[in-house]
Amino acid sequence: MNAPARIPKAQFDFKPLALLAGVAALGLPLIGSPSTWVTLTVAGLAMGLIIFIIASGLTLVFGLMDVLNFGHGVFIAAGAFVATSVIAGMGGWAEAPGLWPNLGALFVAMLAAMAVAGALGFAFERLIVRPVYGQHLKQILITMGGMIVGEEIIKMIWGPQQQPLPLPTSLRGSFVFGDVAIEKYRVLAVAIGLLVFAVLLWVLGRTKIGLLIRAGVQDREMVESLGYRIRRLFVGVFVAGSALAGLGGVMWGLNQQIVSPQIGAQVNVLIFIVIIIGGLGSTLGCFVGALLMGLLANYIGFLAPKLALFTNIALMVAILLWRPQGLYPVKTV
Amino acid sequence: MTMLSRLLSHDLPRNRWLAAALLLIVLGLAFAPFLFPGSKALGVAAKMLVFIVLVASYDLLLGYTGIVSFAHTMFFGLGAYGVAIASNRMGEGWAAVATGTAAALALSLLLSLVIGLFSLRVKAIFFAMITLAVASAFQTLASQLSELTGGEDGLSFRNPAWLSPSFEPFEQPFLGVALDGKLLCYYLLFVAAVLLFLLLLRIVNSPFGRVLQAIRENDFRAEALGYRTVVYRTLSNVLSALFATLAGVLLALWLRYTGPDTTLSFEIMLDILLIVVIGGMGTMYGAVLGSVLFVLAQNYLQDLLKLTSGAFDGVPLLGTVLSPDRWLLWLGVLFVLSVYHFPAGIVGRLRVLRSGAARREGP
Repeated sequence: MNAPARIPKAQFDFKPLALLAGVAALGLPLIGSPSTWVTLTVAGLAMGLIIFIIASGLTLVFGLMDVLNFGHGVFIAAGAFVATSVIAGMGGWAEAPGLWPNLGALFVAMLAAMAVAGALGFAFERLIVRPVYGQHLKQILITMGGMIVGEEIIKMIWGPQQQPLPLPTSLRGSFVFGDVAIEKYRVLAVAIGLLVFAVLLWVLGRTKIGLLIRAGVQDREMVESLGYRIRRLFVGVFVAGSALAGLGGVMWGLNQQIVSPQIGAQVNVLIFIVIIIGGLGSTLGCFVGALLMGLLANYIGFLAPKLALFTNIALMVAILLWRPQGLYPVKTV
Repeated sequence: MTMLSRLLSHDLPRNRWLAAALLLIVLGLAFAPFLFPGSKALGVAAKMLVFIVLVASYDLLLGYTGIVSFAHTMFFGLGAYGVAIASNRMGEGWAAVATGTAAALALSLLLSLVIGLFSLRVKAIFFAMITLAVASAFQTLASQLSELTGGEDGLSFRNPAWLSPSFEPFEQPFLGVALDGKLLCYYLLFVAAVLLFLLLLRIVNSPFGRVLQAIRENDFRAEALGYRTVVYRTLSNVLSALFATLAGVLLALWLRYTGPDTTLSFEIMLDILLIVVIGGMGTMYGAVLGSVLFVLAQNYLQDLLKLTSGAFDGVPLLGTVLSPDRWLLWLGVLFVLSVYHFPAGIVGRLRVLRSGAARREGP
């Protein structure tokens, strides 16, 4: 009796990860000084992880329902603006000398931002996205319209000017090890980013809901025919993705220390490039793409500041020439 | 009548009110310098002319071919910068305008061809995202090459002598309006806009235009009928880019200035989107009606809202909602509602009105 032929396991594709490591390794000799390299790498990872937090929801929503939300930027802006109010309102904690009250104020701001962005996402899905499922043209138009309206509402509440978003006192400045200086906030951003990535991996890889989401990304109709209501799942993913965008908005705003109503439209361009690079619908691709973008932006910003503004588009073209469907293609687009 | 019908490529307004509105617009724009004296009013009329061409060229892409591009302002800007840079480098004159226009058209052709071939093979969404990224990179490029483009400040330049305000061939004003270069420039814009619009109307009503509409309705079937959809889509993209470039040339000639805020900014891209959807996608006349209403609202509605919001100043919420600065909010809401309820916009709405009336009258 022959043993049943084993189904060959899908090989994990290490090439994009190798590319990421290669970029980081190549940065060292080009930059020269190791201490500068460490500073830039941490800054790049922080930026990449923030972008990943924002973009992860967008790419999952696209993978699951073929919905690309051009209004994703609204959640970013809403999150950032809620944080300005919360941190200003908790001035006592944010300005206090100790680390714990500072972190407390920050986490309250983040939670509030996530709650507001999540609620906004729920409303957005209901009012804007739901009526135009499966109609790509209308989807693009209407989510863009949603963004215009959202931006105006933000201007109505917080005013059209830029708002300062200062870091709590004990997160300002840098840790110094020898001649290596790392900004404290970036360490926190990396930690939060990795935490979010770990939680996402755990939910997607180890839970029933994650299994259904992944199956839905692969083949929606099949999951539906097995009796699962993919619509509800989708609303959940949409809300979670919006909340993550709100969180990312707070972190992006703190990174810039200033928030303007146009922040959503600006970051939107970045996250679109990231999810194209990663392969539409792929979480891992989104992660690798975001880190690539963060690292390159910081390295090239140091080596040739003039060129830094074009790294994103150059990166996108280069990746698409190599893999037209993105780093980790999910399905044929 | 048949003459007019031929001129409009047999694509008539098909509604009495629409025809009346269009007639009013054409007459208003044709005699604007005499009907609405003052430099602000003439500036508003000139902006309408430019936007009619710009939005109609976008309608070719969005309304007739069903492709969303966010790079339309890039081509608009190319035309405007082409004239500005050439006039600055070569000294003012028709040679500079011609060189600038030709160079801008060539560059637009190349760029739109590359973007089209690169990304129109796949889904509409992909194209929209790629154009968004490319347009934002182009905007950065224009502000970085400040040697060439004047950076954020933009470029002021001088028009050929005929079109400059100091050109005054006649001593006597005609019907109370000074016959100067500015007036000549306005009529240059008017004639160019009319010709370009009629040409666009011709294109969408040609067999080529029918194929574009077939692709919009069902690209799979169009492909099955033997039309290479990629080729048609790319051609549509190129044509629309070229017309946008010419609109940019017109704007530059009128303003004698080109800067990122007047041509490249994302706000203008959103304006185009708003106009084409509210006016009516895939109707061409929607571009005319939409542009005129939009530019009117942009320039005069704020004054009107200022009057009304004064009445609500005491009321906390209503005051902010009706504030003149929030007019984009209402436009955005109108946009979203249009996409849902009347995708063919104002023009489509008017045409349905007519057929509904005809049905009621019929047996």
